[in-house]
Amino acid sequence: KAVVSTQSTGAVTGLYTAGDRAILDVINDPASYPLTLTFGRTKASANEKLMLASIFHSLFAIAAKISPIEQSSGIKELHTEKFTLRCFQTITGVKFFVIVDQKQTGCEHLLLRIYELYTDYVLKNPFYPIDMPIRCELFDQNLRKVIEQVERATAYNSATLS
Amino acid sequence: MIYNLYIFNSAGDCLYYSEWRRKKQTDMSKDEENKLVYGMLHSLKSFVARISPDTSDSFQSYQTSTYRLSMYETPSGVKFVMNTGLELSLQSAREILHSLYKEVYVEFAVKNPMLSLQSPIDSELFRDKLEAFINSKMRE
Repeated sequence: KAVVSTQSTGAVTGLYTAGDRAILDVINDPASYPLTLTFGRTKASANEKLMLASIFHSLFAIAAKISPIEQSSGIKELHTEKFTLRCFQTITGVKFFVIVDQKQTGCEHLLLRIYELYTDYVLKNPFYPIDMPIRCELFDQNLRKVIEQVERATAYNSATLS
Repeated sequence: MIYNLYIFNSAGDCLYYSEWRRKKQTDMSKDEENKLVYGMLHSLKSFVARISPDTSDSFQSYQTSTYRLSMYETPSGVKFVMNTGLELSLQSAREILHSLYKEVYVEFAVKNPMLSLQSPIDSELFRDKLEAFINSKMRE
């Protein structure tokens, strides 16, 4: 499955845009040129994200179980060709994981900051039901700010290094 | 420090297992443990394929607080899984697996006309060469 996006139509899944225009028509119409097409993966639905997170939870536990050394933690880092996944587990078993590229530094710090935001904006929210999907605006807003800070810091570091 | 090594074929059967400095055993039979490790690998592969921002990504390794698991998969589906200590870098572990494939598996398992690569590898030569290879890597 692929998602096509162009600068005028935005992300498109399948053959029709959100406004019911056939994407093939857009490509065939000379008036829409110059055209930029980018292909990518379909975005995971909310359900699928929950499923992936549960899968990771099990993998985390199995890794601790098959350890050849006693008292191993679960998966703290996972490396693939294109990205690195870093995970932090709290004493209550809540896990935070981030997907970053190879060059990203300061993930430990980032994960601790996110843990702080979680305790401040989610756990201290009297309307938040424990262990349910998080829908707290303040958490989202502050999370975005922290991510932006980290991105700016990484960009600054790589600029000063090069 | 290399703790143990599993070799699986594409169907998930364990073709070879050996351990050197393993300090903790799981309380499962060997069969169950092999199935668990293979199942975990299979799930890791599909997890990575789904969660990666790039569609053609593949799992290479993970680390916990005490060990690193590295996997090397050949295009024919044979998977080499090695648990090492954290003092061995990710790059070194991958190099060891790659050399193991090239210098031991291809030379003494694939090129052996008596061995069927779909069933457990039962060759003393392979075992000896593998032990010698691992011991030389541990001495480095």
